[in-house]
Parts: sequence; C-alpha cells; structure tokens
Amino acid sequence: MAMDITQFLLAAQSADARIRSEAEASLRQFQEQNLPQFLLSLSLELANNNKPAESRRLAGILLKNSLDAKDAARKDHLVQQWLGTDISIKSQIKDLLLSTLGSSVSEAGHTSAQVIAKIASIEIPKKQWPELIGSLLNNMTQQGSSATIWNISMAGGTCLGLVARTVGDPIVPLVMPFVESNISKPNWHNREAATYAFGSILEGPSVEKLSPMVHSGLGFLLNAMRDEHNQVRDTTAWSLSRIFEFLHSPASGFSVISAENLPRVVAVLLESINDAPNVSEKVCGAIYNLVQGYEDAGPASSMISPYLTEIITRLLATADRMDGSDSKLRSAAYETLNEVVRCSNITETSQIIGQLLPVIMNKLAQTLELQIVSSDDREKQGDLQASLCGVLQVIIQKLSSTDETKPIILQAADQIMISFLRVFACHSSTVHEEAMLAIGALAYATGPVFEKYMSELYRFLEMGLQNFEEYQVCAITVGVVGDICRALDDKILPYCDQIMNLLIKNLQSDELHRSVKPPIFSCFGDIALAIGEHFERYIPSALQIMQAAAELCARMDTSDEEFMDYGNQLRRSIFEAYSGILQGFKNARPEVMLSYAQHLLQFVELVFRDRQRDESVTKAAVAVMGDLADALGPNTKLLFKDCTFCAEFLFECLQSDDEQLKQTAAWTQGMIGRVMVS
Amino acid sequence: MAPHDIRRPFKRPAISDQQRRRELSLQRQAQQRRDAQQQVRCLASSVLSLQFPTHETELEPLPESFHEHEAQLGTKPEEESEPRSGDLDVRQASKLRGAEARKWFARQLMLPEWMIDVPDRLSEDWYVLARPAGKRCFVVSSNGTTVSRLRNGSILHHFPSALPAGARTRDVSGSVQSYCILDCIFHELDQTYYVIDMVCWRGYSLYDCTAEFRFFWLNSKLAETGACDPPSRYHKFRFSTIPVYNCDQSGFYEAYTVAVPYVKDGLLFYNKHAHYQSGNTPLVLVWKDENCSQYVIDTDNKGQIPTQQQVS
Repeated sequence: MAMDITQFLLAAQSADARIRSEAEASLRQFQEQNLPQFLLSLSLELANNNKPAESRRLAGILLKNSLDAKDAARKDHLVQQWLGTDISIKSQIKDLLLSTLGSSVSEAGHTSAQVIAKIASIEIPKKQWPELIGSLLNNMTQQGSSATIWNISMAGGTCLGLVARTVGDPIVPLVMPFVESNISKPNWHNREAATYAFGSILEGPSVEKLSPMVHSGLGFLLNAMRDEHNQVRDTTAWSLSRIFEFLHSPASGFSVISAENLPRVVAVLLESINDAPNVSEKVCGAIYNLVQGYEDAGPASSMISPYLTEIITRLLATADRMDGSDSKLRSAAYETLNEVVRCSNITETSQIIGQLLPVIMNKLAQTLELQIVSSDDREKQGDLQASLCGVLQVIIQKLSSTDETKPIILQAADQIMISFLRVFACHSSTVHEEAMLAIGALAYATGPVFEKYMSELYRFLEMGLQNFEEYQVCAITVGVVGDICRALDDKILPYCDQIMNLLIKNLQSDELHRSVKPPIFSCFGDIALAIGEHFERYIPSALQIMQAAAELCARMDTSDEEFMDYGNQLRRSIFEAYSGILQGFKNARPEVMLSYAQHLLQFVELVFRDRQRDESVTKAAVAVMGDLADALGPNTKLLFKDCTFCAEFLFECLQSDDEQLKQTAAWTQGMIGRVMVS
Repeated sequence: MAPHDIRRPFKRPAISDQQRRRELSLQRQAQQRRDAQQQVRCLASSVLSLQFPTHETELEPLPESFHEHEAQLGTKPEEESEPRSGDLDVRQASKLRGAEARKWFARQLMLPEWMIDVPDRLSEDWYVLARPAGKRCFVVSSNGTTVSRLRNGSILHHFPSALPAGARTRDVSGSVQSYCILDCIFHELDQTYYVIDMVCWRGYSLYDCTAEFRFFWLNSKLAETGACDPPSRYHKFRFSTIPVYNCDQSGFYEAYTVAVPYVKDGLLFYNKHAHYQSGNTPLVLVWKDENCSQYVIDTDNKGQIPTQQQVS
C-alpha cells in the first residue's frame, strides 16, 4: 500500500528548517521500514503527470540515490538491497519508469531515463531485464507524427545512450541484432532507428568490444550518407561524428581511421557538407571530431594535413550559405574551422593558416559595412562578428606559437588591431568578449610593440572593467590586462592609476559577481611584476583588500562543494598577488612589504592545514613562501625561525609526484636556507 | 511520412566552442603568469626546452662601422640608456647599458672567501682547480655581440665571439632567449678568456644548479660552439676551460703541480653542491702560497700592494 508521499516530498523542500527536517525524518523512516513500498511510491509520484514538478523532481533524486552512490562500499550495499527486493514490486517500478519515458513533461522523462539506466547497470549484466533494450529500440522505431509518439521515440534514444554508458560491453550484443536487421529495411523509420541505435552505444562499451563492428560499419555508414531520406542522412552524420569522437584517438594509439580509409572519409564529408542545413550541421560536427583526434598526435597528425586546404575552403563556403534559417549552421562551420586551425600541425600548415588570416580579416571588415535597419540585423551582425573574432583568436594563437610563423602575426598586427577597435563600436557583449580574448592573444604575440595600440584601446579596457552586468566580459578584460602587463612590462605605467582604481573599486563592490574577484587579485600580481617599485602607492589599499579576502577564506567552509572551487581560486589568486608584488619589489624597496609578512605567513599556514586544498593552491602557497624569503631576505629570519609548519609543508611538497611542485619547493627551501644562515 | 524538419534535437551537440576557447585562454594566461614569475625567481621556465639549433649558417660580412668600433675596443664610449626600474632577470640584464648595467653586474659575481680552516669532507664534497692570474669578469653574449664586464661593472671588451648569439651572423632565427653568461678570468699573456663557471647557457639559467652540474655542462657545451678555437674574424678572443679535479689527495696534488698554459694565481675550491650565489660565499674558497701563485697577496695592476686585501 503506497502512501501519499507528495506532501512529504514538498515539505522536505520547505524554506522553514523545522518543517524540512520533520519531513526528511518521515521519509527516512519510510525508507528504513519498508524499502519496496518507498521505492514504489516514489515511482508512482514520478510517473504521474498531475503531480507538481517539485515533488516529482525530489522523487527522482531519491530514487537515484537509492540505486547509486559515489562511495564504492555504499553502492555495493544499495545494489544488494535492490537485488533483494521483491520481484513483483521491482517489476511494477520498472514498468512505471518505462511509461514515464515519453512524458509530456520532459524533465520527468529525462529523470526516468536516468533511473532506468541505473537499474539497468545492475540488472542487465545479470540478464534480469531482458526486455528493456527491446522495448527501448521499439520505441525508437515508432512511426507517426503525434507529439506523444515522437516524445517516446526520442526518449528511447536518450535512455539507450545512458544505459550504454552505465552498462558498457553487455549492451552490444543486445543492440547489434536490431541494428543489423533494420539498417537496410525499405521503410526509412527502420533505417533511421537502426542508425540511431548504433550511434547511441558508441560511448560506454570498450574500444575492444566496439572496434570490430565499427570497422565493418564505417563503410556502410559512409554509403548511407547518400540515403534517399534526409532524416537517415542526418542521423548517419551524427553517428559518424560519434565514431570520430570515441573511436579515433591516434594520440593514444588507436583509431578506426587509417591511411587507407581516410581519403574516402574526407571525400564523403566534403560532399555531404553541401546537403540540407540540418545534415550539413551534423557533418561539421563530424569534421570537428575528426580533426580533433589528430591534435598533438605526433607523426599521425600529418595524415590530415594534405586535406586541410580543401576542408577549410568548404567550411568557409558553408559559413557563407544563405539557406541556414538560423545562424546555427554558420556557427557550426566557424567553430569547426577553429578546431581545424587549433589541431593542425603548424610546421606543415603554416602557409594555409597564413593565407586564412587575410580572408577572415576581410570578412570582418565586411561586417562593418553591413546595413543595419532592425534589431534583428544587429543581432545577426553581432553573431557573425563574434564568430569571426573567435577564428582570429585561434589563428593568432596558432601562428604565434612558433618562431617561424610569428612574423606573420607581427606584420598583420596593425591591421588586426584596427579591425578589433572598429568592432568594439558595435555594442554586443558577446562580440566584446571574443574581441578581448583575441586582443589578449595579440598582446602576447607582439610583446612590447603592443604599446602603440594602448591609447586607442584603453577606453575599451575601461569599459570592460566597468561592465558589472556582463561579468564574463569584465573577467576576460581583467585577464587581458594581465596579458598586456606581460607584453608591455613597465610601459604600462601611465595607465596603472586608472586601472588599479577600477580594480579596487570592483573588489569593494557588492554588485560584482564573485567569479571576477580571483582574476582581479591575479592581475594585481601581474601589474606589480610589470611596474616593480612603482606599485608602492597602491600598497595600502591593495594589501588591505588582500588581507580582508584572506580572512574571508579563513571563515569559508571549503568542504561545501559550492564554495570549494571558488575558495581554491580565491586563495590561489591571493598568493599570486603577493608573489607578484614581492618579486616586483625585490631589487628596489622590499622593506615596503615587511609589515605584511607575518599576516601572509599565517595565511599560508591556514591554507596548509586545509587537507582539501587543490594542487594549484599548494604550488602558489609554497612559491609565495619562497618569494617572502627571496625578497625580504634576512629581515624574515625571525619569522621563519618561529615557523613550525614551514618544514612540514616543504617536506610534503618534496615528496610529491608533481615535478613542478618539487622544483618550486626545492627553490623555496633554498631561499629560506639562505635567510637562516645570513 | 514524418515532417521534414523533425529531427532529434536532443542529440548532444558536437561542439560547444566558445566555452572551450575561454578555458584554453585562461590556461594560457595562467601558464604565462607562472612563466613570468619563474623567470624572476631565476628558475628555468617550465616550457624552456633544451633545444640546440644545429643548422649551419653563412657568416655575413660585418658592416664597415663595426670594424671601426673594433679598433677602438677598450675606449668605446658608454651608451647612456633610460634607467630601468623594477626587477631584472638575467635576460633583461644582458641588454643593460651604462650605469644600470654597472650597478647590476657589480652585484652578480660569486666571490670566494679566503680558506682559513680546512672544510669538512674536503675530498668528498669539493673540487679544486688552479686559478689563472688575470681580470675576473662576466662574459655576456646576446643579440649578436659579446661583452665582458669587470667586477666593478665597467666594460673590459666588446667583441664578436663564437659563443651562442655572440656575433652577428645570418642566423637571426635564433630565439630571443639565446644568451649566455660565463664567469671568466681574462689572461693578458695569452689573450684568453678562461671560463671558471657557467651561469646561463643558451637562455637556460644555471643559477639553480649545483657546481657539479654547472661544470659538467660547461665542459660539454663550450667546445661544441667553436669558442675554444683560435681567434678568427668573427671570434676575437679564444675561450678555454680549466681542468677541475676532485679534491682528494691526488687531485689536489695535480691542481697544485700541473703545468698549465697560464700563470697560476692560487687554488680555487668549489663545494660541489653549491648553487651560484652572488656576492661573498663560504662555498667557494681560495688559497695561495708561493708555489701556486705569482702574487701571494693581492697586488694591483702596477704590482703595488693595496692597503686592503680583497679577493677577486
């Protein structure tokens, strides 16, 4: 007899803590006293379209937590519990879940798919739910155009993918017969469902298990790119994309793509990229995954180089197509272009990419001439400009990565910068973000000569730094200030007063999203390193904020997952600020920092004692200890003498597997050692 | 037949590029920040790799004006430069001029102390070598020229050499990082730079390395460059290494008695594990008697004994 669990599920999410804990206690009691009925009640809740979304959501979560856990021992316990539950109850639960798959409330359908996957991972290897896969595949083949049928069909596919990921190898023999018997049927629904099933199981099972069927299936799929039905071609392109994503990794030594079949693969992709927009978009995805496999693959990456000119040409043509009704096809084409540039072997492709640069710059110049009459036009212009800035960013980074190709960027830098400055005049924040990122890459590439752009660029930096609303733009602009510091060194001095003013104001503001604060602290370090002793005038305000932030970290509960990431970033960035300032003052007036030394060392100790700290935080902490000793010298002798945790900390770092950490710790040890004998 | 535009929209999109580009940019910035800080700490950069360009290059004839400079060596006027502020790492220091350069270099040399007591574990932990008489200096090769600076920072010679980046050749593709700093003694009699230590080689800082490693590096790399060859048009002064011995009984005896092509000025003792440290250090010691030194106590250039003894 299932109890009406709805009220308890809703109460368990109440804002009132007392109500909440009472409801949680009742639910727990139910679970402990009658697990089968508990699970059945939850399944009924999830299956019922008339129940409120909040109770269905919690029901789903509780179901998942009854079947799976991160802790291996607990998970084992839950599995045994499920296996020991009454068969007829389990059967009812499973039926309810299956019936929920096609729910008109898609969140419920998605949740039930996840629960099914968890049960499947327990039962399928024991052959306890043989009809599951069959019914999922059946759902995927449903014909008709009603929304319900379509929902069921889609949900079946998602669920199959999830099941494959949790079950792994055993799913292959359950699905392949369906694929083989349907892939050549005259009805396009069958062919499409078979192709979709094939593509769905490529993630999860092992490469060894999949490789034979993929090797034989690849040729078949390439042929199917000429299937008479659009939907079949669409799903085929998607499946090819999945093959390249999961079974094509020359860097790890395995790929279904060989020197023998690569020519055909490329030929098919470049022919089908001209297909209808939906197919073309999936083909872009396939090309994306194909080239990605060759990234950093050593000699293997030369395999794709001969084809890149044609691939780039086709992608550019695709981006220019007028028939993509929304800009999805255009974005996909440019994003694939980015990946092609990123993954190419630069020694072989420098000319091609060098020639791509003016092409993209021309396109960007053209967008500035576009006629803007409606907000729609403006939006389209913005999207296009953002995409083009993204391509430029990737090209700049690629060409500046080797000495041989860097001159290309240096020669074009003026032109590139002019384009970006004109683009800023258009108001979309996405465009600003993309242009800023690219400018950061340009600053790195050009180094000190970047100075000539500052007078024109500065107002846009200022704009970005003040953009609280679009905090991503703000964060990116802060990062670019750092890039510019490294490029210009002390030539950034004329702008520092204004920049520091803005940065400090940002840190003091309650409005600014907290994710921007760590980059600002890191930026302090960048600026200090660049201008050295000139940073002195900012010390009082900057250090006050740094110390306040350190105290905030001390009070933060870093075991709370929500704060863990942020806490780590904040601590690391505070250390980076100190490091930059200390090193900046090292040869000039280090005594300026003397009064802050003790507080800093206390903060290092606090962080050291936190066992949950991130590797990057550890590195920054041990480095700043060395910077203290290096910059302040004998003045820190007493400080370190009284420091009991330092030796322990160094010892821990010197045992690490991380070479960089060991090297830094050895350096710090040397610096402290020098101080102690002085 | 299902409508043409019904697709499977929930298929995971293959691309989400913008997020990826943002993350890659962040990683790049973080790496560059780390590199900048490591350089200032005089640690070798994590991305510096020991690549040695091996392509042969044609030497370009030097412009006429350079020959005039050569004729004026030793009296070359100091160029004034805009003062540099902030911290300097060795890369920046190699580009210094004028008063700033003097100030920086004056602080850099590692100066031995007189040996008064015999150190512990002399035969296990120490090297010994016969020190040449002459002018102690830093030799810096970078940007196509070589400059030697005395202990007070003033320039001794400005010349082309076969050290990496030490002369103007057509090899302009050499990385900006290619510079060398050697700790030398210039011996007047045979016009040779005797190299007693290596501080940077081809942009790779050896500050953080033990004497054992530095000497090993010095002995394997210097000769490769042709710097030990006799002088030629683009290589004005010859460089030479010095035999270094383990400071056990036989090694000590060798260093003390061996015939060398230069006038000896005492024995230098190096602790094998010591890093290169600017200023005075007890980890490098000097010792003299009449047999291993022309001047038992320091004399100035005119052979007069100064009022204060200082080790050079």
